[in-house]
Amino acid sequence: MRFLFKTDYNQDIRIAKHSGYYWSYGLLLLVVLVAPFFLEGYYIGQMTQLYIIAIAGVGLMLLAGYTGLVSLGHAAFFGIGAYTEAVLTGNGVPLPFVEEPVVFSFIVSMPVAAIFAALAGVAIGIPVLRLTGIYLAIATFAFALVIEEILSRWESVTNGYSGLLVESLYIGDMELTDGPPFYFLCLGMLLLVLLISINLLRSPTGRAMMAIRDSEISAQSMGVNLAQIKTKAFALSAGITGLAGALFAHKLGFLSPESFTIFQSLELLVLVVVGGIGSLHGAIFGAIFVLALPQGLAILKDYLPVAIAETPGIEPFIFGLILVLVIIFEPYGIYGRWLKIKLYFQMFPVYKKATFKRQKAYMKSERLK
Amino acid sequence: MQLVIGGISIGCIYALVALGFVLIYKATEVVNFAQGELMMLGAFLAYTFISILGWNYWVGAAAAIVCMFFAGNMVDRVFLRPVLGQPQFSIVMVTIGFGYMARSAAGMMPGWGTETYAISTPFSSEGMQLVPESMGSLVISQTDISVIVATIILCAVLYTFFTHTRLGIAMQASSQNQLAAYYMGIPVKAVFSMIWGISAAVAAAAGILLAPTTLIDTSMGFIGLKAFPAAVLGGFGSIPGAVVGGLIIGIIETLAGFYLPPGFKNVAAYVVLLIVLVVRPQGLFGQKTGKRV
Repeated sequence: MRFLFKTDYNQDIRIAKHSGYYWSYGLLLLVVLVAPFFLEGYYIGQMTQLYIIAIAGVGLMLLAGYTGLVSLGHAAFFGIGAYTEAVLTGNGVPLPFVEEPVVFSFIVSMPVAAIFAALAGVAIGIPVLRLTGIYLAIATFAFALVIEEILSRWESVTNGYSGLLVESLYIGDMELTDGPPFYFLCLGMLLLVLLISINLLRSPTGRAMMAIRDSEISAQSMGVNLAQIKTKAFALSAGITGLAGALFAHKLGFLSPESFTIFQSLELLVLVVVGGIGSLHGAIFGAIFVLALPQGLAILKDYLPVAIAETPGIEPFIFGLILVLVIIFEPYGIYGRWLKIKLYFQMFPVYKKATFKRQKAYMKSERLK
Repeated sequence: MQLVIGGISIGCIYALVALGFVLIYKATEVVNFAQGELMMLGAFLAYTFISILGWNYWVGAAAAIVCMFFAGNMVDRVFLRPVLGQPQFSIVMVTIGFGYMARSAAGMMPGWGTETYAISTPFSSEGMQLVPESMGSLVISQTDISVIVATIILCAVLYTFFTHTRLGIAMQASSQNQLAAYYMGIPVKAVFSMIWGISAAVAAAAGILLAPTTLIDTSMGFIGLKAFPAAVLGGFGSIPGAVVGGLIIGIIETLAGFYLPPGFKNVAAYVVLLIVLVVRPQGLFGQKTGKRV
């Protein structure tokens, strides 16, 4: 067990809790930086995808894990980001006061995509954030279904079900949206988003978010402006998810409304829950899980008896099963398990299970009758 | 007018599924995202009894409903009891996970599979005249009537059950305050299992009634998603509200499909849902809630 002695107030607001973190995370950063020079193209693509999903996961984690607001409609923001990016970098957008349609460079278009998604978040957030709990989840769910329908029906912009091609990006002669350059772009974005989130969570806004998660009533009593903080969290979360969507548009190269259905929203939620709710690590672990599960199953199929392996539709079954098992046996997800293992070795002979025991909260209705 | 009748019969189906939501919500404060899947399982069971084993329609339907009662019980025992006392969000995620499992399990089951099936029913789908010829044409089929009648009966029975029986009142009590209900000697866990059973049985009834209209396949559970707006519109904890909400959603959807451009039919229900949530979150029949510390 490592005891942290605090000798300085600045220790409380440092990014890393102790100097060991600089070494371990620095090493991890080094590994991912040199990885593309050793990996095959396929794995580079997979890693890129992982970073994109992780960005979206961080976006939802800020909302679901840190502010305690559950959104069942994050695929909508993902989709808005993706389509905005595709349209802006595509054949050009006619703007007022400009003669020719403008094709935006990605330096402009990606922030714009994120801002569009954030604006959509605010637009839906202001009316529905008065709701709590399950009503909010249902409202975002309805919103996502409406957006999905708009994406498929607004054919002049999104091209409907026939799909929309996404142009590749170039810097000079180098194609930015493929192979190692895209890997570094996504990695950079992920690091940026993570840094923003870490810093946010140390700031008054972030602390207010967590206060709302733990108890709305006490947060309000302490002077937290509920509506403002919730809207901020919603906008930020939607914006980050939109940014992930913009990157995802280039990863896919071809957009159709089927990529942004309610199942994507559920998958993001599963990512957050399985990874470990309430931690940024969880978003990364969850992204690894969501991406690795289908692959792992494909590999596993070779070793299973034919009768089981050949059954169609076993993947969603295992997906659901793992989700249920994680919630029942490991409510803090993969990251929670990681913490437990770490603590086990730190305290080696005297590890107590009860350290992580959660207090049960029995439900009381707020309905009067 | 003809459109309204069509809307009413669709609305009744939504109402039946919404009833399932409302029952579980009323007693356990949990929203069951797998309600549509329970309905699908019920329909498949009925299909097995009636079409594969060749039982009589009524016997098969009753058997399916009874089986689903026990299945619902089991779902609560196996999946939900371990997470009792944890945040609502976790419980909702468990129901979502169960939905995934149920859907793909039905697809893997020998004899069920991913194809589409139909049950032969004693109700004909031919139209009947409701009003004399001279007043215009107003047609309703026996299938639609069966749906409407069953909805009315189920709704009345459940309403009486909740307001007039000991068990029903125990369920209301455990929804308001689990711990207090437990202290009062109500076996909260058993009550929860019971309500899951009842809700699954209602879902099975909905599935069987729906079978002639939409046919049975593994994705029929998605109609459960359409029942959300119905439940919310009626106020989530209210049984008559669920029925009225279902009817309104059904009628609006049919009318939107007729008068508005394509695409609006699919989203009409959700647009209504969003408007209701913004304007009157407690729904038509819901009680005002106050925040208490």
